[in-house]
Amino acid sequence: MRVVLAEDLFLLRDGLVRMLEAYDFEIAAAVETGPELTRALAELKPDVAVVDVRLPPSHTDEGLQCALAARRARPGLPVLVLSQHVEQLYARELLADGNGAIGYLLKDRVFDADQFIDAVRRVAAGGTAMDPQVISQLLSRRSQDKPMGGLTPREREVMEQMAQGRSNAAIASHMVITERAVAKHTSNIFGKLGLPPSDDDNRRVLAVLAYLDRG
Amino acid sequence: MDTPHGRTRAALLAAGRGLVLSFSSIVGSVTLFVLAVTSIAFIPLGIGLVTTPYVLSAVRTHANQRRLLAITWSNVRIPVPYRPFPKDVRGGFTGQVERTGVLLKDPATWRDLQWLLVDMTAGYVVSILAAALMVYPVEGFVLAAGLWRVFTDDRYWYGFVPVDSQATGLAAAALGVAVFATGVLLSERLLRAHFVIARSVLAPTHEQELALRIDRLTETRHEAVDTAASELRRIERDLHDGAQARLVAMGMNLGTVEALIEKDPAQAKKLLAMARESSAEALTELRDLVRGIHPPVLAERGLGDAVKALALRTPVGTEVDVELSGRAEAPVESAAYFAVSELLTNAAKHSGADRIWVDLHDAEGMLRISVTDNGKGGAAIGSGSGLSGVERRLGTFDGIMAVSSPAGGPTMVTMEIPCELS
Repeated sequence: MRVVLAEDLFLLRDGLVRMLEAYDFEIAAAVETGPELTRALAELKPDVAVVDVRLPPSHTDEGLQCALAARRARPGLPVLVLSQHVEQLYARELLADGNGAIGYLLKDRVFDADQFIDAVRRVAAGGTAMDPQVISQLLSRRSQDKPMGGLTPREREVMEQMAQGRSNAAIASHMVITERAVAKHTSNIFGKLGLPPSDDDNRRVLAVLAYLDRG
Repeated sequence: MDTPHGRTRAALLAAGRGLVLSFSSIVGSVTLFVLAVTSIAFIPLGIGLVTTPYVLSAVRTHANQRRLLAITWSNVRIPVPYRPFPKDVRGGFTGQVERTGVLLKDPATWRDLQWLLVDMTAGYVVSILAAALMVYPVEGFVLAAGLWRVFTDDRYWYGFVPVDSQATGLAAAALGVAVFATGVLLSERLLRAHFVIARSVLAPTHEQELALRIDRLTETRHEAVDTAASELRRIERDLHDGAQARLVAMGMNLGTVEALIEKDPAQAKKLLAMARESSAEALTELRDLVRGIHPPVLAERGLGDAVKALALRTPVGTEVDVELSGRAEAPVESAAYFAVSELLTNAAKHSGADRIWVDLHDAEGMLRISVTDNGKGGAAIGSGSGLSGVERRLGTFDGIMAVSSPAGGPTMVTMEIPCELS
């Protein structure tokens, strides 16, 4: 799997390259500025991009903007955004096109290599990987809000897991319930969020999006 | 108010107000002037030292009352020039002496006394004229209506008309109409003239304005320096107790791991896990610290989006409306951000509101921010409240804050910071 990596701090970039290579990823390019990233994404057509939010030359949210622009040019391009801090505002912008294949994680998550690599793979496969911090911020907000408030505590828990991008099987093992129970909960959630039944996997993304839009 | 009827009503209102003013001028100003002069004259005897602060503060109240009427009745703004009292005035007799000293050294005091003189003369004449122009015609009409019969023996002068018959009575009525018409035209202007006269004496001179401004600058500079110093202390303490300690512990654990890795791999593994945890916690602490100094979104996106991000974190539903033509300077953005942050926290914690609206826009070189909630109200700027902290923070940038929070709500806080956006 070919990865384009954008991170301006040498130490982190070096560490990420080594970690990704250890898990058999092919590093197509490891760049340090926004313009370089834009070029690399356009020319190398990677399977997944791992991007730092803050990049030179502006040292603002250049990485995020480059990623969003690249996804406009190539819808569904898998992008995993890493940041020193996570903001719901950015999470919403990333998810806004509803195409999925988006990840938004705190940089600390690389501490747990297995989890981090799992997130990269999930995003590359078209899934989502939202940082638990984004999700917990959401959950702490306005519990009385409709229709979010219509979810039972169990459903909220499933929603939380789903929002992080976990599959039914992963949720089932995490919550120690059967996969069928998870499936029941998810269909209840879709129903309460007003998402019509369909075979499309993107419904999970849409659910997360609906969730984020409560903000 | 452009119809003749409306204009007459406005003129009658002005006449009534003129009457109130003339009363206040002749009774209030004369009494206060006499009291003030006597009190100051008695200072060498000692009695004046005790009475002067009371009398002069009454004079100030009187003058401030006039300032209030000026702005509400005729839209004439008279700035307040009084120097603030030093904060450490002692109680008892010595305190009174100190206060007397401060009052007598303030040039505004002497201008107040001058104004009392002007107010009881020119001010009185102008305001009573505003009333008289509307009252005097009544007499003319009454004369024409038959009162002239009483004065048939010797002549009664109404204005320049000698009244001794029905014909001259009618002439008096005609004059009354003319006077009334003049009153309709003039009384509002006369009322305004009264306040303009007051302004010419009461408003601070250029030097006074500068002096006041310097006082304010000194005060806000002290506050800014204090805030910055305590902020630095807080940061230092947080680093020392938090991230720094964790990094040291981590280093120690890693050192132990180095020694244990072959002897006791299980224990080494446990220590490694602890080290990883410590580093994660150190990161979290550093992140919170940074958010407290300069929030990342503010640095990355500017005030508008930073406030939006803030709204998303507020536990109460918050709508943000941003109309900014650019970015303000970093310190201003930061002050505004933390002000909004504090207000949102306040509203979420104390107001009991379930909805908050934040509005950000800029116009005429001013950054205007309002935070409104639908809670129970009762918020006030006072010692110890978060609001005074916000006010101080804004003060450094010449910003001002107004709070409207009647009991029962809603609460609306508006802020204005002069700044150029680019």
